[in-house]
Amino acid sequence: MIEIDRLTRLYDGKPACDAVSMTIETGTITAIVGTSGSGKTTLLRMINRLVEPSSGEVRINGTPTHSEKPHLLRRRIGYAIQGHGLFPHHTVGRNIGAVPRLLGWPKDRIAARVDELLTLFSMDPSEFRDRFPAELSGGQQQRVGVARALASRPDLLLMDEPFGALDPIIRTRAQDDLRQIQRHLGSTILIVTHDMDEAIRLADRIAVMDAGKLVQYGTPAEIIAHPATPFVAEMVGEADRPLRLLALLQVSELAESGPADGPEIAPDATLRDALSACLWSGRESLPVRGTTQRVTLEAIRSRAGAHA
Amino acid sequence: MTTAPRNAPMALRVAPMALRLALIILLAALVLAPGLFEPVFAPIAPVGGPVIYTRSSLLSLSLSHLGLVAAASLASTIVAVTLAILVTRPAGEAFRPLSRSITNIGQTFPPVAVLALAVPALGFGVGPTLVALFLYGLLPIFENAMTGLTTLPPQVLEAARGTGLSRRQRLWQVELPLAAPVILAGIRLSLVIALGTATIGSTVAARTLGEVIIAGLLTSNTAFVLQGGLIVGLFAALLYDAMVQIERRLARRMGRS
Repeated sequence: MIEIDRLTRLYDGKPACDAVSMTIETGTITAIVGTSGSGKTTLLRMINRLVEPSSGEVRINGTPTHSEKPHLLRRRIGYAIQGHGLFPHHTVGRNIGAVPRLLGWPKDRIAARVDELLTLFSMDPSEFRDRFPAELSGGQQQRVGVARALASRPDLLLMDEPFGALDPIIRTRAQDDLRQIQRHLGSTILIVTHDMDEAIRLADRIAVMDAGKLVQYGTPAEIIAHPATPFVAEMVGEADRPLRLLALLQVSELAESGPADGPEIAPDATLRDALSACLWSGRESLPVRGTTQRVTLEAIRSRAGAHA
Repeated sequence: MTTAPRNAPMALRVAPMALRLALIILLAALVLAPGLFEPVFAPIAPVGGPVIYTRSSLLSLSLSHLGLVAAASLASTIVAVTLAILVTRPAGEAFRPLSRSITNIGQTFPPVAVLALAVPALGFGVGPTLVALFLYGLLPIFENAMTGLTTLPPQVLEAARGTGLSRRQRLWQVELPLAAPVILAGIRLSLVIALGTATIGSTVAARTLGEVIIAGLLTSNTAFVLQGGLIVGLFAALLYDAMVQIERRLARRMGRS
């Protein structure tokens, strides 16, 4: 568990991050969302002390972060940034093994961990281990950057706009991969993004920051349905709210017995996909794959309206 | 002498290597068997005068010349790179303008003047020459090391901090290796300047190839001047080329090519 306790950072007397408190559960993804200048990156960088807090403290599993040297603290916290920041003069394997090497792991254990991570990120170890970062595509570099951050099985993984430099298609894939890998490893991840879509897609909890303050902290559904301030509502996008809400729910939740014609929809597809399929094919209901059930346009409509 | 791209025709790829080899053979012949060139230099030697410099062995002059340059450049490199590292640390930033001025003065002061001033203090011989070469070599190395250390990709530095490298580890494992090609370019510049400048050391009785040139100037023997000049020039060209090759290899390894 990560406890952020009244964390403040002043620049020239003005708070860039103003008494932010929040608790992050182990094994979850939390997204910090905000516009540029909202203090979200400052908040993230105070956690691994790349920025020293002016006041307040962070506790990781009960231990305050200021109780050890910053560079030793950072070896326990994974860190992935936009544009990956890979060491250009080290091979992929050496990049991924950077923190384990600093921690003094034996060579064969590092090598095994590097291969394990490359495989996890769908990159053939024998092909990629000895390449240099400049020889990889943008998507591959980014994956190596995240693999490096995960290498020592850190207590916490901090990510600062990690997908910002990727094109939309690769970006979506990278987000799906991250979600899958996070579930597989049970990692605790704190990700900073300006993109509410990314936050909703990835996060278990979303923290919205505005002008250095934490204005709302809740599940994606709460943030969408009950934005605490006009700023949060604007970040969510007034017009997109019903669709974003539906995108959080699965077809299986509304499946009911009854007949339906036409192509089937997967039970783990989102209600947003189901709505889209209904509208596009002009149907009132869709059969759910692998069952005798259906999902109806009527049910989707009333679910979207039931937010209050 | 550049390296042609990998897909260039065979001739283009072989040409630089062949040229390099030819220059090395020419240099070796000039130093080890100068007698071979008597017919070449004879037309420009004074009538009846000596054509080939034989007062001392050209090999021992070359070795002494190269040794002097190596010692002075090594000292310049150590001092200039150390200085650049110190003033690019947060604690040393205040000293940046001062160290710039010092190295600049080293460069503006003509080596001849340094020799003249150093002789009374250090006596004739190797000492004053070493001092002049050392001072003259500081600036290019310092400036390049500063450039190399201050233009590193910010994301890589951020990642190095975020990964948990200590200050010392960041310097040795990330900053210096990444700045190495630029620093080496400064050392190359400094070496080539020193190779040429070392010849004036012979005016204060340091043993360098300048001895041959000065002997030629004193006796109006153009053959001597050319002989000495050619050897120094070839050393400079080959050294320059070798350094460029090393820099390239390093840069390529770092994905900067």
